[in-house]
This record gives sequence, C-alpha cells and structure tokens, in this order.
Amino acid sequence: MKLFEKPAHVLHDMLVNKEITSLELTESVLTRIDEVEGEVQAYLTVTREEALAQAKAVDEKIAGGEAISFLEGIPGAIKDNICTKGIKTTCASRILQKFVPPYDATVVSKLNAQQPVVLGKTNLDEFAMGGSTENSAYHATHNPWNTACVPGGSSGGSAAAVAAGTAVWALGSDTGGSIRQPASFCGVVGMKPTYGRVSRYGLVAYASSLDQIGPITRDVTDCANILNIIAGRDEMDSTSLDQPVPDFTKALVQDVKGLKIGLPKEYFVKGMDAEVEAAVKAAVKQLEAMGAEVAEISLPNTDYAISTYYLIAPAEAATNLARYDGVSYGERVEGAADLVEMMTKTRTQYLGEEVKRRIMIGNYALSAGYYDAYYLKALKVRRLVKEDYDRAFRDVDVIICPTAPSVAYKLGEKIDNPLEMYLQDACTVPLNLAGLPGISVPCGYNRENMPIGMQIIGRALDEETLLRVAYTYEQSQSYHEDRAQLGGK
Amino acid sequence: MSYEAVIGLEIHSELKTNTKIFCGCATSFGAEHNTHVCPVCLGLPGVLPVLNKRVLEFAIKAGLALNCKINNFSKFDRKNYYYPDLPKNWQTSQYDLPICEHGYVDIETSKGRKRIRVTRIHMEEDAGKLVHSGNTIKDSDTSNVDYNRTGVPLIEIVSEPDMSTPEEARLYMEKVKSILQYIDVSNCRMEEGNLRADLNVSLRPRGSEVLGTRTEMKNINSFKAVEEALSYEIERQEEVLEDGGHIIQETRTWDPDRGVTLSMRSKENAHDYRYMPEPDLVPIITSDEEIEAFRKTLPELPDARQARLESEYGLSSYDAGIITSSRQMAEYFDAVVAGGADAKLAANWIMGDLSKNLNAEGIAVEASPVDAKRLGEMIALISKGTISSKIAKQVFEEMWQSPDSPEKIVKDKGLVQITDTKAIEAIVDKVIADNPKAVEEYRGGKKKAIGSLVGQVMKQSKGKANPQMVNELLTKKLD
Repeated sequence: MKLFEKPAHVLHDMLVNKEITSLELTESVLTRIDEVEGEVQAYLTVTREEALAQAKAVDEKIAGGEAISFLEGIPGAIKDNICTKGIKTTCASRILQKFVPPYDATVVSKLNAQQPVVLGKTNLDEFAMGGSTENSAYHATHNPWNTACVPGGSSGGSAAAVAAGTAVWALGSDTGGSIRQPASFCGVVGMKPTYGRVSRYGLVAYASSLDQIGPITRDVTDCANILNIIAGRDEMDSTSLDQPVPDFTKALVQDVKGLKIGLPKEYFVKGMDAEVEAAVKAAVKQLEAMGAEVAEISLPNTDYAISTYYLIAPAEAATNLARYDGVSYGERVEGAADLVEMMTKTRTQYLGEEVKRRIMIGNYALSAGYYDAYYLKALKVRRLVKEDYDRAFRDVDVIICPTAPSVAYKLGEKIDNPLEMYLQDACTVPLNLAGLPGISVPCGYNRENMPIGMQIIGRALDEETLLRVAYTYEQSQSYHEDRAQLGGK
Repeated sequence: MSYEAVIGLEIHSELKTNTKIFCGCATSFGAEHNTHVCPVCLGLPGVLPVLNKRVLEFAIKAGLALNCKINNFSKFDRKNYYYPDLPKNWQTSQYDLPICEHGYVDIETSKGRKRIRVTRIHMEEDAGKLVHSGNTIKDSDTSNVDYNRTGVPLIEIVSEPDMSTPEEARLYMEKVKSILQYIDVSNCRMEEGNLRADLNVSLRPRGSEVLGTRTEMKNINSFKAVEEALSYEIERQEEVLEDGGHIIQETRTWDPDRGVTLSMRSKENAHDYRYMPEPDLVPIITSDEEIEAFRKTLPELPDARQARLESEYGLSSYDAGIITSSRQMAEYFDAVVAGGADAKLAANWIMGDLSKNLNAEGIAVEASPVDAKRLGEMIALISKGTISSKIAKQVFEEMWQSPDSPEKIVKDKGLVQITDTKAIEAIVDKVIADNPKAVEEYRGGKKKAIGSLVGQVMKQSKGKANPQMVNELLTKKLD
C-alpha cells in the first residue's frame, strides 16, 4: 500500500517510529492530488504551501524528540462549509465565492491544536443541499471507484478525497445523510455523531436542528480517533451537549457477543437495490455468526421521515440563508435601483437552483396560514419518528440497515428529478430527525464493483457501541483495505 | 356620537447589561461605528448565539416587578424579515412562549387608581442603525449600517388595551419606566432610545364592547410624544368616523415637528414574520426556586414605598407619589429622614427648592451638590429654631454653591435667627413709631395692616427675627 493510501493510525505509528517524515507523506498526497484531482475534483481549495509548511514544522518537532498527537503531521481535508480562519470558505456557493472567515470553527480549532496538515477545502452540494455533490456551483466531484458516478453528497468532496488517496482523513457535515451516504458510495467510513456531541460553531448552517459534523476516514480506528478530537461541549454552541466524552478508541474491540441487532422491516422494502440488500443482510449474518442476536423490528413512522425532513430542513434553511443578501459580506449585484432590487437580484443570481428551491419550500411552510399544516405538523411527526427509535432501543442495542438504497449512480442521472433524489435519503434522514448517531462502513460491492455501505444506528450518545460493532465487522473483512483504482491503473 | 379610545402599548426597554444578548460585545452607547461587533452579532456564516444570563435575570426581575407570572418553560423564536439593519434578516425574539405573562401595573389617574394589565414580557435583540447620506433611505445615494446596536438586549412589555386616554398611556409608561429604574435593569434614557413605545389605538362608541380597527405608531420615545401622538390620532380617527369613513389598519409615524401622524404601511403590506422556533438556542428552563431567589433580590418597589411613606411619615398620597416616582429621589428622601430631619419638611424641601435647582441645572438627584446629609442638617436647624424657613432658603442657596455645612454657613453669614425678645422688641418699637399710618389703620379695624408692619420688622432684622415672635410682640403692643 502506498503512503497516500494508508489510514491515519498506521501513518501515525510510522511517524512516531521515524519510518517516514510528514513532509514525505504530505508530498506523496500532494503528488496524488496532482495525478488524480483532474478526474476526481474533490477539492475547491488546495492549500499546498501551508500544508508543506505544517509538515515541516511537525518534522522538526519529531526530530527534536517531542511526542506527537494522533493527527499531527497527517494530511486531511475539511468540507468547505466549515469555517477556516484566513482560508476561503465558499459552501460551494457563488454568493460566498470570496468569503474568507475571520474565525475558525470550533472543530477546526480543536484539530489545529493537534497540528495536522490541512490540504484544503472539499467540494459539496451548495450549502450542503443535495446528495450527489452535483449541486456545487463550481464543479461536480467524481466517484473514485467509477468517475462516471457521483460520490454521493453533500460531503462528496470529503468522501471522494479519502477514497482517492488525496486526503488521509476528512471532516464532513451531515444534515440528512451527508456524511454517511457519500461514505457508503465511496467505500469509506463516515460517522454522524449524536446531535450535540460535536460543536456546530463555525459550521455554516443549513438546518440547525439537524446539522452535525463528523469524520470521514479509511477505517473505524481513524474514525474513533478523530471523534476523540472533535467531540465535547462547546460554550459557543448552546446546543452542544454537556456530557462526558469517553475515549472512543476504547470501544475498538472485537466483541459483539450477546449484542442485540434490530433490522427494521420498513428499511428493506420498495426501491431497495437487491444487491445492496443482500450485502447488508450478509454483513448482519456475519455479525450474528460472531455472537450477535438479530431481531426484526418495526419503525412504523419511517415512511413519513422524508416528508418531515423536507419541511423542517428547508424551513430552517430559509431563515439560515436569509443572511446572504449582499449587504455586508458575500457577493452583491451592483447597480440595483433600490434595496429590495439589490437583495432580490443578488440572491437570484448568486444562489443555486436547489438552494432557491429549498428556500421557497421553507418559506412556504412557515407562512401564515400554512405553518400549522406543514411546519408544526412536521415537528409533531418528528417526535413520532424519535419515539419509534426510543421504543426500538428498549429491545435492541443497535439498528442496522443499508446506508443508501443503492450504490453510487451516474452523474446527471437524477439531477433533474429532485423528488427521486430526495428519496435516496430514506435510510439516513430519520436519524437526523431523532438526533441519533449513525455510522456507515463498507460491506461489499455490487457486480460493477461499486461499494455498498452498511449503516449502524445507535442510542443517543452511544457512539461507543456503534464503533464496537463497526470495528468488529470491519476486522472480520478486508473491505477497509481496498482502494479505488484511479489514474489509469 | 361619543367615542371612547382603546389604547395598548408595547414598550421596548434596553437592558443595562455590559454585553450584548448573544455575544460578548459591549453595549455602551455612542462608540465609533462598527467597533462593538464580532462574527456573532454581524451574523457571519456559521456563528451561533449564546444567551447572556444577565438578560434572562433582568427579564425575570422585570416580570416580577410588573406582577407577572414567570414561565418555567420559555423559548426563543426567529422573527423573519429583510432589512439591512438586521444582519441575519431575522430578529431573535420570543413568540408563543415568552418569559413573563399576566402582570399588571397600577397608575394614579386624575380619576383615581387604575389597573393596566401586562399581557407579556419577552426578550429580544435590537437591530442596527442605518446611516443615510440623505435624510431618508429614499433620497440617499448611499446608506451605511452601524451594527454597534445589533444584539443589544431588549425586553418588550406588551400591555392589554386597558387605557382609554392619552394621559393614562403616559402615566402607564412613566410607571413602567420608574419600576424598571427601581429594579435597575434599564437606564431608561429615552433620548438614547433606551425606552420607546409602539402605541396602538382604536375608537369605539362609548359603552360598546366591540373593538374598532386600530392603528399603530412606532418608536415613540418621549412622554410628551406619547400624549401628543395619541391625542392627534384619536382626533383624526374621530373625524374619519364622524365623516362616515373607515379606519384603515396600518402603521403610522408620528411627526413631532408638524404634530401629525402619517400613514407608513398598511396591513396589506404588513410583514408575514414566518416565526419559527430558534433551533440554535435551547429552551429556557427556570425553576420556581430560581424565580423566588430573584424575587428576594428585588428592592422595595414604588407602590410599596409610597404606601410606607404615607403610613410611616403621614405624607400625602400626592407627595409620597412624587417622591417615590424615582428610586434615587426616594432613597434621597430616606437618607434625609434617616439623618433625623422632620419628614414633612424633608418632603417639602425635596419637592421644592431641591427639585427646582436640579431641574434648572439638569442634574440627577444622586449628583446633587447638596447631599442628603447636609439637607438633613439644614432641616434640623429649622426645626430647632436656629434659622427660619425663609433664612433657610438663603442657606440652601449657599450650600448649593459651597461644600460647607449649614451650621458653618449660618455662623459665617450671621444668619442665626433672633429669638431675643428684647432685641426684637426694640425693632418692633421702632417700626411702630416709624409707621403711624399703618398703626392707625390696624387700630381702626383693618387687621390686615399688620402684615406690612411684620414685613418692616423682618426687613430691618435682615430676615433673622423669629417671625412668630415678631407677630406676637406686634399684636401685644398694638392691641
């Protein structure tokens, strides 16, 4: 395995043992970017010089005999909707095409305290609205396993970079599946932690009550290590939970004996790709063989989750994105006759179609006369969805289902049909509504060699059990050691 | 037809916290444009609000002082509308679950005491300020935004439409101001916009229970304007109705220079605020224990203080009401009395010469050159008979100019009252001898003539003769 293909924990050990330098590693990844970025297009901004300087600084530290932390000197990437001080943060939108935040997101500050090498900012669906990264205002990102396919989204850039060898690790954000689904499509590991587990301060809001930052990595071990770094209460985020943060690496044990797995029957029905279903069921069999108990469960309100999500998320987005008006930052259309025209033209010109669609839906749902019928009802159904899980978790420890109903589809295949695109979120959206943690781990391929992801859902704040199940399964297979073949190989 | 006005007020009061409601920026007034700003109050992408605990504390105290029920469960909402002074294009406010509800305020009207119910009090953030190159946004080439005020904490106190005259509206607002100052949650500097009111008014035939169509006048920031704007608007509505017209539900502005209200925005153009729960802030849970703990921190409030002044010192309701209308004035009074001064004299001096001088120089009572201790000492000199009330006015003016004690002033200026019978008698005899005409008139039955003789004695004694003794001696000698 080439340097740029190894997981972070292996590279960390190599750095500690002085088998490699951070500079060699960083150069290896930067070279990989030079080679394959043209095909993958995972990045919006590559901070090459800064990355090299960071690598050299870490090497000096190691040479000086200092101890290094887990991510120190290891190159990774950050989704471009997470604010980075002094580095452009565009949210893949034209309206923020020149926006340079004067502050770091809390997760970035926490990462920076570890002195990682930050390679740049990754592509996404504009303001994280989408599931294919085709809604980026700049360019689409391609799936490293088949560049004719989408990488999923909205954290498609982050997932594609980790899969393509152009970043060892990455941060994504997940509002309705935006970490897990691209992880599934790109054959990597992606976790959405419990809502409130990780600070949202500095994450450009799409839907505040659903958004959560999480890691995208090459294996479960890296996922646990990065979660250790970014989790915890933040005084700057009132919704971050004041709960003790365990050492998540302690959960990396191969043991599922007596663990109760629930298979929700509602997730294995209409529209589910047969190969995906077979792969996930085989993975569950494997866990069963290792000592877990499996039971079919029911989450009866699953059917309403998508409609609920597509009212709540756009409603929050409609207000969250109201600030992009051309007044004090971001782009502005010049020459307008008056204020309203300036704001209207600015938003019309600089916001993308999908963003505008969701703003329209959201404002409609919040309008006088419609609020009770749409938004308020959605909030009530949201509670029902959550209660489904509460009930299920009285009997089971984790719930397993496919991360997405299909493998990665072709670019352009669904872009003209928003409704069909929305249905792709059926397995991931309910967790965001319920605030629960979920992880996607690779569990095989379809006959065209496209990765399939298994989603493991846990109780609130029980990321440890998710990691244990994911790790146990991962170690029984070798999918995490597979790499997408790119660059003519 | 005879109409009755129905008036309700929404009072916005800026809370006197050091920092803004959702970030650590300073709230101080008058700083250079856009110097009290940070990513949070500028609404930059990705920022989140964190509630300033003092704002909650002050809002709860205001609720308790205005006799409200404090809700154990309360939350913030987003009030959505586009305006450049609002960086996020929503105002974080409270919609259906405000922190305080169901309170009341009692006012003393010319027709007696009246209770005005307080519907609710909620917390919200202030907006920024537009700085136009011209007079209005319409005739300006450019407009800049000053975000210093963005995120300054406000409470909005909403009354029931319980007032029926402009006077009642003013009295209600004055009372609310007084209470907020008593509990020290707002500076209530109206000229800085710390305290401003939206006035809602409608008319209905006297005796009718049905409410008429109302109009609203926003951001009225003086008591005078409250009365004038309402008076004008009531008259205007009356004329419209008398002419058989209909009142249009609309927002009107008060033009104080022309003394008229002008149509600004009709209901058809009113905002749909598309309120939604603020997902970036957690609900506010306040326990009964916490509420009671806040209640214990409240000072004696104006009504209770007034009642105490009436019962303890026998002050008239009017005097006690004036003295307790401001906490500082009431504390000054208490300090004067605590020094041993007679309470009624203290009240007279505070409402008389002290207030006159303070008003003339625009000084607050807490900054008075004559502090409570010296005024108390001076009043004690009157009570002891060392100086007359008349001389006291002179002593007071001297004290206003110098830091000397009243005793020293009286001594240095030789102002001690003459109580020596012989000394007064000598002057009296001289005056009787010098004014035969007045003496004759008096003896002829025109008893009033004694006044001019007393005046002469006082004048010749340079005001120092004890007036009572002068009277007695004169009467004795003339009768």
